[in-house]
Amino acid sequence: MNNLKFISILLLCFLLSACNEEGKLSLSERSVIYCAEGSPETFNPQLVTSGTTIDATSNQLYNRLIAYQGDDNILSPAIAKSWHVTRDGKKVTFYLRKDITFHQTDYFAPTRTLNADDVIFSFERVLNFAHPYHLVSGGNYPFFQDVGLNDLIYDIEKINEYTVRFHLAQADNSFLANLATDFAVILSAEYAEQLTKLKAKSDIDTHPIGTGPFKLKEYRVGSLIRFYRHKQYWQEPAKIDQLVFDITPSNTGRLTKLLAKECDVVAYPIAHEKIVQHEDLSLEAVTALNVGYFGFNINKAPFDNKLVRQAISYAINKETLLDTVYQGKAEMANSLIPKTSWAYDNNITKQEFNPELAKSLLNFAGYSDGFTMDLWAMPIQRPYNPNAITMAKLIQSDLKKINIKVNIISFEWSTFLQRLKQGEHQAFLLGWSADHPDPDNFFTPILSCSAAQTGSNTTFWCDREYDDTIKKALHTNNIKQRKKYYAQAMAILAEEVPVIPIAHSKRYQARGENVLGDILAPFGGINFYNVSKKSLNIEKEEIKSNHRSKQNNSNTGVN
Amino acid sequence: MLIFTLRRLSLFFFTMLLLTLLSFSLNFLFPGETIINLTGAINATPSQLIEINEAYQTHRNIFWQYITYLKHIANGDLGLSMASQSSISTEIVTLLPATIELSLVALYIAMLVGIPLGFIAAIKHSKLTDNLILSISMLGYSIPVFWLGLLAILTFSISLGWFPSAGQISLLFEIKPVTGIQFIDILLSDSPYKWQAFSDATAHIILPACVIAVAPTTIFIRLARTSMIEVLDTSYIRAASAKGLTFQQIIFRHAIRNSLIKIIRHVGLQFANLITIAMVTEVIFSWPGIGRWLIESIYQRDYTAIESGLLVLSCFIFVVHILTDFIYAALNPLARGNKYGAR
Repeated sequence: MNNLKFISILLLCFLLSACNEEGKLSLSERSVIYCAEGSPETFNPQLVTSGTTIDATSNQLYNRLIAYQGDDNILSPAIAKSWHVTRDGKKVTFYLRKDITFHQTDYFAPTRTLNADDVIFSFERVLNFAHPYHLVSGGNYPFFQDVGLNDLIYDIEKINEYTVRFHLAQADNSFLANLATDFAVILSAEYAEQLTKLKAKSDIDTHPIGTGPFKLKEYRVGSLIRFYRHKQYWQEPAKIDQLVFDITPSNTGRLTKLLAKECDVVAYPIAHEKIVQHEDLSLEAVTALNVGYFGFNINKAPFDNKLVRQAISYAINKETLLDTVYQGKAEMANSLIPKTSWAYDNNITKQEFNPELAKSLLNFAGYSDGFTMDLWAMPIQRPYNPNAITMAKLIQSDLKKINIKVNIISFEWSTFLQRLKQGEHQAFLLGWSADHPDPDNFFTPILSCSAAQTGSNTTFWCDREYDDTIKKALHTNNIKQRKKYYAQAMAILAEEVPVIPIAHSKRYQARGENVLGDILAPFGGINFYNVSKKSLNIEKEEIKSNHRSKQNNSNTGVN
Repeated sequence: MLIFTLRRLSLFFFTMLLLTLLSFSLNFLFPGETIINLTGAINATPSQLIEINEAYQTHRNIFWQYITYLKHIANGDLGLSMASQSSISTEIVTLLPATIELSLVALYIAMLVGIPLGFIAAIKHSKLTDNLILSISMLGYSIPVFWLGLLAILTFSISLGWFPSAGQISLLFEIKPVTGIQFIDILLSDSPYKWQAFSDATAHIILPACVIAVAPTTIFIRLARTSMIEVLDTSYIRAASAKGLTFQQIIFRHAIRNSLIKIIRHVGLQFANLITIAMVTEVIFSWPGIGRWLIESIYQRDYTAIESGLLVLSCFIFVVHILTDFIYAALNPLARGNKYGAR
């Protein structure tokens, strides 16, 4: 009996000691937990276009030759300390920094710093079909294929240890912009050699080695990603020791973890009002370069018929979608690109909601009795579409009015994308987040013929005139001329309706007040390099005053 | 005792045989191809398929197929998960300990709270205290666990901020899984934050364990109450009190011990109930255990995982059942002599 008592008292002591959290501060002050919305498919951004993967990898693990900097998105040096473009625009030379070290991890210890070989390896892997690493992980490099870099770059030359020259087939205005995207990361050639010897080539994408501010420590599928600081980072090392991605696909789960202080930063929060109410939490938003759209598979009847597509575009009430799905926190999309882009054409008319016109178009197309269709709705929340299932249901009721019966179909996210690529769908709800501010990043990956082949254009719409127009736009330097070409392209889209653009949304993120530093960017993935944590011991007064000013800021941002 | 053990073992053997027969027949009942349901090899190439068919002897009659299936199970080969394409046995081995840990803590809490309360109710039989305890236990029994779990998170994690709402331990702590039981792993690890990790893990387990414990606690209250009332009514208690023992002496020396024996018999039965509750609770608290995994598998229609998960879970429950039987027999000599299953 006495033993039992003793054990009980001992246990009680443990229970009580659990409430005393002071000791943990030391560790938690030096770490940030980010509640992410999904697992990355791979750790190599070259292989994907998915935002979730880019968020987890690009800016954390890797660097690019050049990067965007500042509010004006000026191209600035990164791995390349400077670069030079010849007058004809066909030769681009990069001069590399000499002090860049790769990650040292449990599975790799670099013996040299970054040099031209690493740059050449990284691009050759993507562009050269005969490269030993090209087919590792499937040989699909969607971004590079969509923007046509493999046709554009015909040679990469090593001038010396720290100088690399790209030879281009023709001058291309988006080339430098494309190299600065999250996808064009630099891998380690030395690591690749080691893996070749070990006969574990595929590890290059699952056990990444890069030059970024963080290195991968641990990845548990569907559960967490743990990064450690890269101490020998070529810029000043990151301010936090440890960065943990807590993978929480459920929206309410992320909100709960934010409120219970289990996450410092939360991706795509719901219940914005609730978060703003809390003194120690803040909500931020950036107007993102993105578009959420309704797409048709034009290989499948009846959507091979332009009239049917037009009819549906008239039958969907976008206003309701914006109010319900985006809760007014998005801008209506009239074309692929948002108004903030310089290429936006003010002559584009707002899509009119007109069920009567839709009906007569259907009659004209020979579908007076309507038909049944499958609509694929994405299962997860993305910035361009916070709730595709709800959107699908609203569209279902809109289309019912013109006698079209809609079956809503959804799969787990990676399956969903895979099946879309294989063209199993009839119509779908999807979107696109831009990788860089160039407008071409909307026109080419979403709807070009080359994108239809690689599977990122899941409408499979391929229009010669449209393709020629957007190609011409890339080859001219004259910005007025470019704008004209893009206006033409948008006019073609308005007539052909391969997709119905719905909204350009804002990307939201919530965080505890003690987390400092920018994370979100208007395009591309998130970045934890500048993040630090304020000591929790500061007086509450300071938090309160901070909160007040922050709340004002965020309010102006939201409205 | 030997005969007792043999009887339990033979019972175990035949029950397991029946269970495997059930899980084997599920392969035929689930939609899709039998061999794919059995192995989970959805991405197998034709040559791999031939190999798999060979390994499971699909060309022979159903009896031999069943025998080969048993052989695979005996070797620990439960096939691949259709959803993640990783080996199910490794997944189960990593997840099951978390469930065991959670349910043991819950069981401990339930017994620690339920049994004394039951005894108090019995001693104060038909008085206000008794009625109060009984009505509270009725209330506890009728609250649905998912609602209770959400309520607990809302109150204790979000409003009060006392306990974390999800997971087994804060993700900041790196604990290498050795046994899979978090507390033991923490003690084995060489992390400089060992004791912080330990208290953090304790904070994480309290909420889910208490939520799971609510229903079994109420059952223990009733069991303890009934068995105590029965014991207090026996002649040896009356004899003891006639001898002039004080009430405390009677309760602590005689009544508690004898009524505890009866309760222990039911712990095994309660365990099955507890696991079911734990499965739902694991989902609510994102506990990385087998229950959450199984429910996710059902959601994803991962037939191979459902089938193997069920097999392993029922096997586990059965083992616990037998273990409590042994404990009961060790404590109570009467049970051992009971050769012909009279009770």
